[in-house]
Amino acid sequence: MVGIVIVSHSKKAAEGIYELAVQMAGEDHKIVAVGGMEDGSIGTDAFRIRDGIVKADDGDGVVLLADLGSGIMSSQTAIDLLEEDIEVVIADAPILEGAISAAVQASMGAALKEVVKEAELANKISKLG
Amino acid sequence: MATKVYQCLQKIGEAIIENKDFLTDLDREIGDGDHGVNMARGFTEVLNAVPQEEEDIGVVLKKTGMTLLSKVGGASGPLYGTAYMKAASAVQGKTTLEIQDARTICEAVIGGIKMRGKAEPGEKTMLDAIVPAYDALVKSLEEGKDAAGCLDAMCQAAEKGVEYTKTIKATKGRASYLGERSIGHQDPGATSSLITLQAIRDFAAENA
Repeated sequence: MVGIVIVSHSKKAAEGIYELAVQMAGEDHKIVAVGGMEDGSIGTDAFRIRDGIVKADDGDGVVLLADLGSGIMSSQTAIDLLEEDIEVVIADAPILEGAISAAVQASMGAALKEVVKEAELANKISKLG
Repeated sequence: MATKVYQCLQKIGEAIIENKDFLTDLDREIGDGDHGVNMARGFTEVLNAVPQEEEDIGVVLKKTGMTLLSKVGGASGPLYGTAYMKAASAVQGKTTLEIQDARTICEAVIGGIKMRGKAEPGEKTMLDAIVPAYDALVKSLEEGKDAAGCLDAMCQAAEKGVEYTKTIKATKGRASYLGERSIGHQDPGATSSLITLQAIRDFAAENA
């Protein structure tokens, strides 16, 4: 199954989005929250994100959802730091809606490309109908 | 006894830490106000993490970059982290540096920052200090200037670059949300790059 990594500057934000995504995908799914810095402060850490990617991968690749600014740049750095051969795609999507769409698709056994596509569609969903 | 490269790093770190509030104030004007705090935290960790006896400048710069990647927290983490790691690859195995090496280092650093930040000069970023400094270095080397002359020219060009960032609007990073309102403020990242260069120049002058 495609793994999901949720990257936020805030530990609480990443964990909260993780909770919502797990509710959709189920406990046994490979979803990893990487929030904040090692000491719990606000920020992003490329090495912690890299470790999260390794943890989330079971061979089918990983879709990564990140928040703003250094969330994206640290995630790109994390991919460069990978020693393992893991296919990782950063979805161009809002982190919460994207993570939930990705979780649903991944839990249905969709391939990485499909999961990313679905996550990115979250950009276009109207909330007010 | 700490190696020269560690002492130089210490000079850079101390300059960044001394300017913590200044950098944070600049960032509060046009960004999220964490640049000084983040960079000071990063360099405090760097000075603890980098082995003081390590002779290989590549190893020292790589450790510096890796520490910045994981300890800075903001966008300057991956940017400076990548810059130091690219510089490390450019000088791998070397235990001394000549002024000509500055050229290779600058090229690696600029390439790394452009790749990571998807930025070009003129967008109110670190590149607006570093690229003019590189151009001044190339010109100074062609004119046959010595190391001190080259480093002086680099700092002067970077200073002008920082001044130039006051006249342009940001299109990258948090400051880009401000658009036109970012004009009139100098870029914090360009400023910390200038501070880094000045620290290197001062270190070289003291150790000539």
